[in-house]
Amino acid sequence: MAYWEPIRALGEAPLVKPGSSLKDVTHEIARVTETPAPRGWWLAFGLASMFAGIFALSVAYLFYRGIGVWGNTAPVYWAWDITNFVWWVGIGHAGTLISAILFIFRQKWRTAINRFAEAMTIFAVICALIFPGIHVGRVWVVYYMFPLPNQMSLWPNFKSPLIWDLFAVGTYFTVSLLFWYTGLIPDLATLRDRSTNKLRQRLYGFFALGWRGSNRHWRNYERAYLILAAISTPLVLSVHSVVSMDFATSVIPGWHTTIFPPYFVAGAVFSGFAMVQTVLLIARSVFKLDRVVLMRHLELMNKFLLLTSLLVGYAYSMEFFIAWYSGNEYEMTHFLHNRPQGPYWWAWLWMVIPNCVFPHLYWFKRFRTSIPVMFVVSILINIGMWFERFVIIVSSLNRDFLPSSWGLFRPTIIDVSTFVGTIGVFFTLFLLFMRWLPMVSMTEIKGTMAQADPHWHGKDEHAKEPAAEGGLVPEGAE
Amino acid sequence: METQTRSGRPDERRVPTIIVAEFDTARDVLHAAEKVRDAGYQRWDTHTPFPVHGMDRAMGLDDSRLGWIVICCAVTGLAGAVVMMHWMNGIDYPLIVGDKPGGAPGALPSMVPIIFELTVLLSAFGAVFGMLGLNRLPQHHHPVFGSDRIRAATDDKFFISIEADDPKFDVDKTRALLEKAHASYVEVVEEDAS
Repeated sequence: MAYWEPIRALGEAPLVKPGSSLKDVTHEIARVTETPAPRGWWLAFGLASMFAGIFALSVAYLFYRGIGVWGNTAPVYWAWDITNFVWWVGIGHAGTLISAILFIFRQKWRTAINRFAEAMTIFAVICALIFPGIHVGRVWVVYYMFPLPNQMSLWPNFKSPLIWDLFAVGTYFTVSLLFWYTGLIPDLATLRDRSTNKLRQRLYGFFALGWRGSNRHWRNYERAYLILAAISTPLVLSVHSVVSMDFATSVIPGWHTTIFPPYFVAGAVFSGFAMVQTVLLIARSVFKLDRVVLMRHLELMNKFLLLTSLLVGYAYSMEFFIAWYSGNEYEMTHFLHNRPQGPYWWAWLWMVIPNCVFPHLYWFKRFRTSIPVMFVVSILINIGMWFERFVIIVSSLNRDFLPSSWGLFRPTIIDVSTFVGTIGVFFTLFLLFMRWLPMVSMTEIKGTMAQADPHWHGKDEHAKEPAAEGGLVPEGAE
Repeated sequence: METQTRSGRPDERRVPTIIVAEFDTARDVLHAAEKVRDAGYQRWDTHTPFPVHGMDRAMGLDDSRLGWIVICCAVTGLAGAVVMMHWMNGIDYPLIVGDKPGGAPGALPSMVPIIFELTVLLSAFGAVFGMLGLNRLPQHHHPVFGSDRIRAATDDKFFISIEADDPKFDVDKTRALLEKAHASYVEVVEEDAS
């Protein structure tokens, strides 16, 4: 069974420019891994690996001195560490949404960006998993988080949301990795078969597992892909819900709300789409991928950003409304006074303005299709979503019930270098991926082309009617 | 007709292992597969750069059995999670939080997230490793790789391969069948008799 039927049957416009042959697609995508890297890649890689080095030094210093090198202090025991964790996990969510949920809904345009988004998920979750690992203080007993037999015969308390979180994020990482690798197998075989040098042949061949495009294999392969998509869909919704329960199951005003799970999931998808957009725009210009990643795909992603921005905005306003409507004085103090007028009012503005104001530009096609606008807005949203987590975590903790236990959090230079360092780690991994693995799924792209249709007669029917289909409009905006 | 001679010793006795036929379009390979199926071959396959719609029917294949493997893994994950939490927090080291012994029915809501996650985790293992198992992968050596042309099967060409082990296999008849089915190129892959 072919789950990716030829795209015309579904009424979508073709993914690649008309007149492209199957060989063009292979060449266009595989050449990136076969030719020397452009200068832009080296510049970006140098910069990213420098920040990755800063990260390594920061963590080494943290391990040497202890958690005191961060600004975390009473009453703000969770600060940038958990902010960064939630931010990075959230970014991962768009990858799974694009690869799994849009696959199930048969949104073929996802094919242009799904490999990319899945890779982003994996690297973002790696960055996220670093923080719970290093924030425990005694890193040498970090294995206590897992249900392993130990000399104190203690097991984890399975009623704790923190252990739910470990299972949720751990499962999420493993399943994302399997999903990504499964999608890569046929493309690795393509790289193996194209390579002329022994080392590449061996390496890609090893990971391609001897794939030979056999239809007896495709039958099970497609079923496996469908099942992975089907189980990833509830998984991705569960992960950020469980993350939000780290907060929602406590009694702190600002955390103790039932809206948290859907609110976190919407925010995660929002920030993830923004990050896909940022990274995709860089890759598209560095590697000149505009034949595969069309303006239409970028525009669709902007529509997603607008939708999720509205969801996030709704959640923000509902938090305020319920705080007022509940009549609970602690809730009202927190939402009506502490957040917008307290010591972190500027962080609150950084959360509201980028997340709820700028995406409204995307009501207009002119802005939806402008590369500079979307690049700037995507970065603003990334910043805004980081501040959302900062506001939720730090501004809730810094003023709880008793004014006598109030206190302020100030980040240290190590806080900053650890966080900025993970961005370096993320981009280092990403740039290595872009250089050595096919960035776009060649197999799936080919499966959506006219030539994939068994009823195709050998001429490109799209070429005759380019104006009739929206996706084929030449890209004038660049 | 060209034949592959990999060893460079054409005088040596060589036996065919597999016949590989190349096609230019998905349409050609689909119709050729129908002909090979109707001719009654068993040990044969098609090699395509992407799954061709309708090929399972053209090859006379039944539905994938992967779903059964995955459901078994899912049930194992679900049961394993319940047993693990019940034993760890309820039996081995009872942990009573909120007046509810861990793993008891009253603690069930708090067990839902981990039950769900482990069910998903084991299903994913079942889907990926079950798929590799059913496909007998990794398998880096296969007679079909004896052909150089087959490399295009991961690029832009479509192939049918018929193994010499097939009871109906006969070099000349099989080749004739594939040529009649509009193959653009047919190759007999041979290896040294031993």
